[in-house]
Amino acid sequence: MSVAIQFDPIRLPPEAEALRVEVRAFLKEELALGTFEPHASRRPNPEFSRKVGERGWIGITWPKEYGGQERSFLERYVINEEFLFAGAPIRKHFTADRQSGPVLIKYASDRIKQDILPRIIKGEVSFCIGMSEPNSGSDLFAASTKAERTDDGWLINGAKLWTSLAHEADYMIGLFRTSPSTKDNRRHGLSQFVVDMKTPGISTRPVLHPNGNHEFNEVIFENALLPLDNLLGEADMAWKQATSELAYERSGSERFLETGQVLFELIDFIGENPDNREAEGLGRLVAQLHTLRRMSISVAGMLHAGKEPVLEASVVKDLGTVWEQALPSIARDLSAFVDKDPGNRMRFEEILARNITIAPKLTIQGGTTEVLRGIVARGLGLR
Amino acid sequence: MDEAQSLVADAATRIFRDLGDPQTINGIDDGSWRAPLWQALEESGLTTAWVSDELGGAGAGMGAGFAVLRVAGEFAAAVPLAETLLGGWLLEQGSIVLPGGSLSVAPTKRGDVITLNTDGTLSGSARSVSFATEVDHLVVLAGDTVALVKRTDCAIQDGTNMAGEPLNHVNFTGVTPKQTAKLQNGVNGNALTMMGAATRSMQMAGALQTVLEISVQYAEERVAFGKPIAKFQAVQHNLARLGEEAAAAIAIASSMAYSVENMDTWTDPGLYLDIASAKIRVGEAAGEGGAIGHQAFGAIGFTQEHILHRFVQRLWSWRDDFDSEAVWAVELGRRVAARGGESLWHGLTAA
Repeated sequence: MSVAIQFDPIRLPPEAEALRVEVRAFLKEELALGTFEPHASRRPNPEFSRKVGERGWIGITWPKEYGGQERSFLERYVINEEFLFAGAPIRKHFTADRQSGPVLIKYASDRIKQDILPRIIKGEVSFCIGMSEPNSGSDLFAASTKAERTDDGWLINGAKLWTSLAHEADYMIGLFRTSPSTKDNRRHGLSQFVVDMKTPGISTRPVLHPNGNHEFNEVIFENALLPLDNLLGEADMAWKQATSELAYERSGSERFLETGQVLFELIDFIGENPDNREAEGLGRLVAQLHTLRRMSISVAGMLHAGKEPVLEASVVKDLGTVWEQALPSIARDLSAFVDKDPGNRMRFEEILARNITIAPKLTIQGGTTEVLRGIVARGLGLR
Repeated sequence: MDEAQSLVADAATRIFRDLGDPQTINGIDDGSWRAPLWQALEESGLTTAWVSDELGGAGAGMGAGFAVLRVAGEFAAAVPLAETLLGGWLLEQGSIVLPGGSLSVAPTKRGDVITLNTDGTLSGSARSVSFATEVDHLVVLAGDTVALVKRTDCAIQDGTNMAGEPLNHVNFTGVTPKQTAKLQNGVNGNALTMMGAATRSMQMAGALQTVLEISVQYAEERVAFGKPIAKFQAVQHNLARLGEEAAAAIAIASSMAYSVENMDTWTDPGLYLDIASAKIRVGEAAGEGGAIGHQAFGAIGFTQEHILHRFVQRLWSWRDDFDSEAVWAVELGRRVAARGGESLWHGLTAA
């Protein structure tokens, strides 16, 4: 990267923009029907996910043999960003669509693919990601939850912690230890599995956010037995398999739009005639957001072209999550001198408070700031 | 960058490497390197990339011109290459044949207004005109007219930017231009400010890339506490931040150049969003990136004999040209506020 930083100017193609029109019309219709309330739902919305599935908008890039449409990654990009802007309740299908499905397509047995992928596409099943453990957060290679191969299948024992949405997920893609790490490769010995959360021996316990939200869980495995072919890819080699997944996980709009509602609401709260201070603040935020979106689409273009832009994706995630984390605080400052009520004061203050309280997690989930900067430093040749 | 643009960028890189290498020219106090470098740039046609063949230019196109500007930023040599490109572009908008030699443009700030009187003279003055004391001609936007003015006809105050390059207050009152023409293609003062901002944004993106490269290289070579400072996590994370700022600058500048190259009208909101965002975001990156570069180099970088200042001081000067990020942000913010939150989303996705 030190030689030539490349973020090519990619524009979304006409078919993606045509799809945007469809997605907006769909969202408008569902809003009118009362299927969802924007940004309001903390719960999965099975009806909404099912309707999205009916449209063919889950797993839209996946192979046709599993019910996908083999459409482009840039079209998926548009669906994702429109859902995020609208605050649509995508919780049930989001993780499966973004990363679990692609992992299954790449590494799962044919039985698993035939069984699970069509149901993801219909919006019927949801996934969680079992990576962190009490003693293994950023340092994934310290994971100790064990998968032991027996004649009957893989026997899982241990616990995952801070697992988002495990209590509502049908499946987990879990990272378990199948062998000890070796002297020359501490990353060796971990394997990825697909786990049916209804497997006997698996239980979840809520771990609440500071504001009382239930997103995190502890997931306990006590002699949970998985079929042999639930192993994804090669045993002990998960460290090699995770890379391309990370590029998908780290570069999407959700890495800078999670608190985006604050900006759009702030604009209406400040009103049509901002003073210089308010206008400058808004202008900078818009320029930063527009730049992040350009970068994110550029990475989407690289993914579309079959590249593995892991480094570029890390740049987007670090810049994006730091930005979306700071946004509520900046909005709090910029709104401080609005003394009249433009009509949305209660709403704005509620949105602001909610986003200020969630902000700290944004630079932790999916790779901390520190981990990402380490990856960027490696890309620069410093490590 | 397409193949033609890459070729132009390679040609520019070769010339700068041969005749404008930062390390070499940093040690030459009398500026004797400047004439040969400028001559080579002129002879190669790089200074007139934005002017069509018919008007005496190289006709290389907008994209190629931006590719040249990025290279110019990477080398940060004190020659009016960007100014001459921009001046040529403005002359083209009035179909005025290139006079040859170096150019600069005025005004460079939204607040400055120059008018063409009925007697054919100009009135008004412009702040912050780059290289005004050195160039052969000034290209002046006066209302709906572009005017070609001889530098020696104007009253020019001495002044420099942080990097020591001429940056002058120019008084045009009473000056009779050599030639005037009506502006075409909807070009007006706003369009000039946008093109100027686009020009500086691309130069800054190039300079940031060099700051990143030399900082990384230095961190790998410099040994302290028994190991290269690149091995310290605190240094790694600082340089990662610099890399991210450079990446953001390059990304938005590339996007902006693409938008200019493919533009329909100067009033297109998407074009405005790209250019305003570039000037604001690249300016921010220049501030933070320059500071991180200095931190990486320590005391060595804070000397005249080191080349770092050539890039950082230009970065910090260029961000003020054609209105600073604060001025752009206020204008962008007012536009956004006037239209409301949902319109912003539609504007972002339509750009």
